[in-house]
Amino acid sequence: MTIGLVHWLVLSALLMAIGAIGVVVRRNVLIIFMSIELMLNAANLAFVAGAHSLGLMHGQSIVFFVMTVAAAEAAVGLAVILALFRNRQTVAADEIALLKW
Amino acid sequence: MSPFLFYPLATMSVIFALSVVLAKSPVRSALGLVAVMAILAVQFAFLQAHLLAALQIIVYAGAIMVLFLFVITLLNLESDRGIGEKPKLSAIGFGAGAVVAGGLALAMLGVVEPAARAVALPEGFGTTAVLARQMFNRYFVAFELTSILLLVAVVGSVVLAKRTAAENSEGVTGA
Repeated sequence: MTIGLVHWLVLSALLMAIGAIGVVVRRNVLIIFMSIELMLNAANLAFVAGAHSLGLMHGQSIVFFVMTVAAAEAAVGLAVILALFRNRQTVAADEIALLKW
Repeated sequence: MSPFLFYPLATMSVIFALSVVLAKSPVRSALGLVAVMAILAVQFAFLQAHLLAALQIIVYAGAIMVLFLFVITLLNLESDRGIGEKPKLSAIGFGAGAVVAGGLALAMLGVVEPAARAVALPEGFGTTAVLARQMFNRYFVAFELTSILLLVAVVGSVVLAKRTAAENSEGVTGA
């Protein structure tokens, strides 16, 4: 038995589902953010597996852009978390309820 | 890739991914995520994505995760109580995860395994040269836009992380 596209997609779907669970279950904003990075990685794996399976390089180009956007997102997101912690002394998502009424 | 390599690597990446979600301390989560990214880099290399495997280590496991660890140490957080704290919320979360997994499984039913290729992968598949040529031809506009995006991100994070003068004086009187 050889490992084909479906195997990679199943692994990617598992990682994506675990990341989605992390976003909903955890209350630490940092861990929610890490779960989002995990989901981005799962998507990257699906792109690379698809590129390999089809023999086309376009999937790999998309992964390059996903990595760039993830780097920008991490920089801005962590700055937001730092500013949040400075103002509220917490990183618990359920204690940040300024918009709640 | 042979099953003897795929299954151990896949199992390890799922276990480390679970440790990201379940670990009580953020540092352990971050280290679990570093492990997931390193294993994914190995898998990229097996999928002939050599440049991306290197970038995965340098950019993701290197730059982004070090940034995460710096912020975790800066904030000096006590570990929270993990996921057992609010059982109702956890149940909703695992339900959401099941929905995501189910939806992806449904989508995967339609995937047809491409027939074994008559010829091997095209010449130079996954090399930096081919990727770069594609980047500067077909994806040129997107490539230039990401440079603007990175510039905006740098400016934005500096503005967000900077203390204002009022905050500074507050800190002095507070001390």
